Amino acid sequence: MRADDAIALDFRDNMVLEPQTRREFLKRLGGGIIIFVTLGDLALAQEGERPRGRRPGPPADFNAFLRIGEDGRVTCFTGKIEMGQGPITSLPQMLAEELETPLSTVDIVMGDTELCPYDMGTFGSMTTRSFGPALQAAAAEAKAVLLELAAEALKVPQDRLVAKDGAVFDPQDKDKARLTYGQLAKGQKIARHVDAKPALKAHSAYTIVGKSLVRRDGHDKVTGKALYSGDIREPGMLYAKLLRPPAHGAKLKSADTSAAKAIAGVQVVQDGEFVAVLHEFPDVADAALDRVKAEFDTPEAKVDDKSIFDHLLQSNPEGRSVAEGGDLAAGRKLASKTFEHNYLNSYVAHAAMETHTALAKVVGDKATVWASTQTPFAVQREIAEAIGVPAKNVRVITPFVGGGFGGKSRTTQAIEAARLSKATGKPVQVMWSRAEEFFYDTFRPAAVVKLSSGIDAEGKMVFWDYDVFYAGERGAKQFYAVPNHRTMSRPSGWQAGGQPLATGAWRAPGNNTNTFARESHIDIMAAAAGMDPVEFRLKNLKDARMIHVLKTAADRFGWTPVKAPSKRGYGVACGMDAGTYVATMVEADVDTKKGTVQVKRVVCAQDMGLVVNPEGATIQVEGATTMGLGYALSEEVHFTGGQVVDDNFDTYELPRFSWVPKIETVLVESKESAPQGGGEPAIIVMGAVVANAVFDRTGARLFQLPMTPERIKAALEKV
Amino acid sequence: MPDTISFTLNGKPVRLEVDGARPLLWVLRTDLALTGTKFGCGEGHCGSCTVLLDGVPVRSCLHKVKNVQGKQVVTIEGLAGNGTLHPLQKAFMEHDGLQCGFCTPGMIMTAYGFLRKNPNPSREQIIRGMEQNLCRCGAHTRIIDAIAAAAGEMKGVPQT
Repeated sequence: MRADDAIALDFRDNMVLEPQTRREFLKRLGGGIIIFVTLGDLALAQEGERPRGRRPGPPADFNAFLRIGEDGRVTCFTGKIEMGQGPITSLPQMLAEELETPLSTVDIVMGDTELCPYDMGTFGSMTTRSFGPALQAAAAEAKAVLLELAAEALKVPQDRLVAKDGAVFDPQDKDKARLTYGQLAKGQKIARHVDAKPALKAHSAYTIVGKSLVRRDGHDKVTGKALYSGDIREPGMLYAKLLRPPAHGAKLKSADTSAAKAIAGVQVVQDGEFVAVLHEFPDVADAALDRVKAEFDTPEAKVDDKSIFDHLLQSNPEGRSVAEGGDLAAGRKLASKTFEHNYLNSYVAHAAMETHTALAKVVGDKATVWASTQTPFAVQREIAEAIGVPAKNVRVITPFVGGGFGGKSRTTQAIEAARLSKATGKPVQVMWSRAEEFFYDTFRPAAVVKLSSGIDAEGKMVFWDYDVFYAGERGAKQFYAVPNHRTMSRPSGWQAGGQPLATGAWRAPGNNTNTFARESHIDIMAAAAGMDPVEFRLKNLKDARMIHVLKTAADRFGWTPVKAPSKRGYGVACGMDAGTYVATMVEADVDTKKGTVQVKRVVCAQDMGLVVNPEGATIQVEGATTMGLGYALSEEVHFTGGQVVDDNFDTYELPRFSWVPKIETVLVESKESAPQGGGEPAIIVMGAVVANAVFDRTGARLFQLPMTPERIKAALEKV
Repeated sequence: MPDTISFTLNGKPVRLEVDGARPLLWVLRTDLALTGTKFGCGEGHCGSCTVLLDGVPVRSCLHKVKNVQGKQVVTIEGLAGNGTLHPLQKAFMEHDGLQCGFCTPGMIMTAYGFLRKNPNPSREQIIRGMEQNLCRCGAHTRIIDAIAAAAGEMKGVPQT
C-alpha cells in the first residue's frame, strides 16, 4: 500500500488492516516457538464495514507474530511504530496477559521491515483495536503450544496443567514441578500459523491488562539514550541540505553551486531540480547551501489564507452521500426555526518537535534506511522505486519517532536520503529544518462546512442538511435522532484536487472540522430554543452510549442547566471517533479587550471500550485536549499562493504551559466490549467546546477556526 | 581556521580543534556524539536543544562553541550521576512527563536550571519558568507535576 492509499483510509470512519504476503521470517529467527497470526476476517468482524471499493484481500498470510526464545524471553514483532502514543507499553501488556507471562519478560520490535510483519502504518487509532486482537490471538496460540509441550514432558494430561507467570505446572503435583517457557522452548523449532480465532481470556480475568503502567521507554527518554532517526551514526556518513524552492510550483531556472563547492569537504549532488550539498557536519552543509545561488520562476499567487474558503466553495466538487434518511423537504416544513451557517477552518500544521529525518545507507543494490515515519512499509516501496532496486532489498528501520500526528505518514525525506546515498556512495542523513518541515508538511485541509437544520416548537431537531467541503468524511455523520437528514462529503475521495497546498491526515482527520461544525450548530439551536445545551442534546439523542458519556461528563463537571449565554463560560461538545465516544466540557474565560481565551478547566468523558492501560489512555486524552487548544485558538498556516509564510514557531503558535487547563479524564467502564481508539478521539471536540464556551461567556459566536484574538474581537462587536 | 576550544563537558575535560563559530548544538551532536540534545527549530523558539552552561540553561542551537571556552557544559547525558537518575529524571518517568520524548531532554535541562534559581516554586512559577519550551504531544500537566515532585524531593538542595 502506498502512503496515499494509507492516508485516504485514515480519512474514513472505518478501516481495516491489510493482510501481508509471506516472508521468510522463520529462517531469520532461528529456534524457539514462533506463532504467526492471520488477522483476516477475525479482526474485521470487530470493525464493521469494509471500506468501499476494497475486496477481501488475497489469501492472507499473517499480520502479527511472536517468538518465545530458548531463554524464555518473549518477543513481539510489529510493524507499528512508537511516536509517543504508547504502544511500546500497551502491546506487551496485551501479549503478557494472554500468554500468562510477566510483563518484564516481553520485548517488542517495532517498525522494522525486515523483522516485522507487514503493516500499513500507525494511524487511525488502530494499534490497540486492530493489531491488538492479532497479537492476543498469537499469544493464546503460543500458550496452547506450551501446554502441549508441557503435557508431553510432564506426562500429564493437558487439561490438568496451568500456565501462569511464565511457567506451566500441574496444580495437583505434590512436587510442584514447573517448566518455564524457556525450558519448554529449548531445542524447539515450532512454527504455528493461526487463522481461526482462538479462545481468549475473559476480560474479567485480566490481571495485567487494565492496569495503569508508566511508559516502558521512559528511562531511555529521560536520560537521552533513546535513539531517534537523527541520532543514528554510520561511519563516513554525510549530512545533506537540499535546495528548496521559495514556493510550491516554482521552477528552478539556474543553480550556481561553485561557491558551495569551494568550502573544504563539501560535495554537491545535482540531478535536475534535485540539488543537495553534503558535508561531514550538518551545520557546514547548511552554511554551504546558503552559498548556492539559485533562481526560480515562481508562479503568480492566486489563493491565500483569506481567499481559500471562497476558492474551495467555488470549486464545487462532486460529493458522496455519507448518510441520509427521511425526507429533507418534509423536514423543512416541520421546522418552526431554521438555522443556516458556514463553518471554516484553516490549514493546520503537524509541527511535531522532531522534523522529518532519515539516514540512508545504500550499498550496491541494497539499502538500509532509518527513518522517522508512520508508514515504514510504504516508504520501503517508495525508496525501492526511487533508487531502482527491488523492495525486498530495502530495509526500513524505525527508531523512536519524535511525534507524528499523521504528518509522518509521508516520508519524503527518506527518499531524498536514499537518492543521495546512492549518488555519493556514503551513508547520508537528511534532517529537515523547521522551515522545510512547515513547507513540506501535508496540512490538515482547509475546509468549509455548510450546514442547515431546523427544530420544531418543542426543540426537537426535524432536519439536518450537511455538506462538508474538503475536510473528509471521518466524523461527518451526525448521531442525533433527526428524522430527516442528509450528509454529503465533497469531494467524494480524499484530496481529489482543489486544495492549493498539500494536505494529509492530521490527528483524527476530518473529524476536528466536522465536530466543530456539528457541535457549534447544535449549541446555536439550543440557544434559539431557549434550552440548556446539555438538555438540548439529551432531548435529541437516542444513542445510549453517547447519552451515558454526556451525563458522565456533566456529573463530573457539575453542570447545572442554564440557557446560554449564561456568562459562566461553560462549553460542551460531543463526538465519535475511531469507535470511541467522547463528551467534553470546559470552563473558559475571555478577555474581551484582548480577544484572548483562557480555558481553565476541562472534563473529558470517554467510552473507548476495554481500556488496556488506563494511565496511557488518560495521557492520550490530556495530550489530545492540549493539542486541540492549538487548532481551536491559534494554529493557522499563513500562505500566499505556493509560498508558506510560517516557517517557525515565532509565527505559528503552539499551545504553551500557561494555556493548559486542569484536565480531568473520566474513562467510562466498558470492560466487556472490545478496545477502541485512544490516540485521537479527545481532540475532535476541542474547536466546538471552546467556541461554545466563548459564546456562553460573551454571547459571541465564532464560525471560524482558529479563534484568534482578531476574530474574537470581531465577533464580540456583533453581539 | 580551527580554534582550540577547551571546556568541561559533563564533568570531564574536553579539548576540540574546531571552527569556533559552529553552533554548540551540532558540535555536541556530531563531533562529540552526544545525541540526547535535540534539534527542534534552530532559532531558539522551542527549547529542545537546551543544555546547561555554568549551570544556566541555554539554547545550544544559538550558542557558538567558542562561547563555552573554559566553561562547564552539562547535557542530558551528564545529569544522572553514577547510574543514579537525577530526581528530575525520576520524576519525569514516574509522572509520565513525556510521550514522544523528543522535547524531554530540553524540558529536563530547563527545569534543572529553573529549580536552581527557585528551589521551592509554586505551580504558577513552574508554568512561567517552562513557558518558552514547546511540547507537541501535550504532556504539559504531567511535566509540571514532575517538576513539582522533583522540587519536593530535592528539598531545595541543588543536585547534579
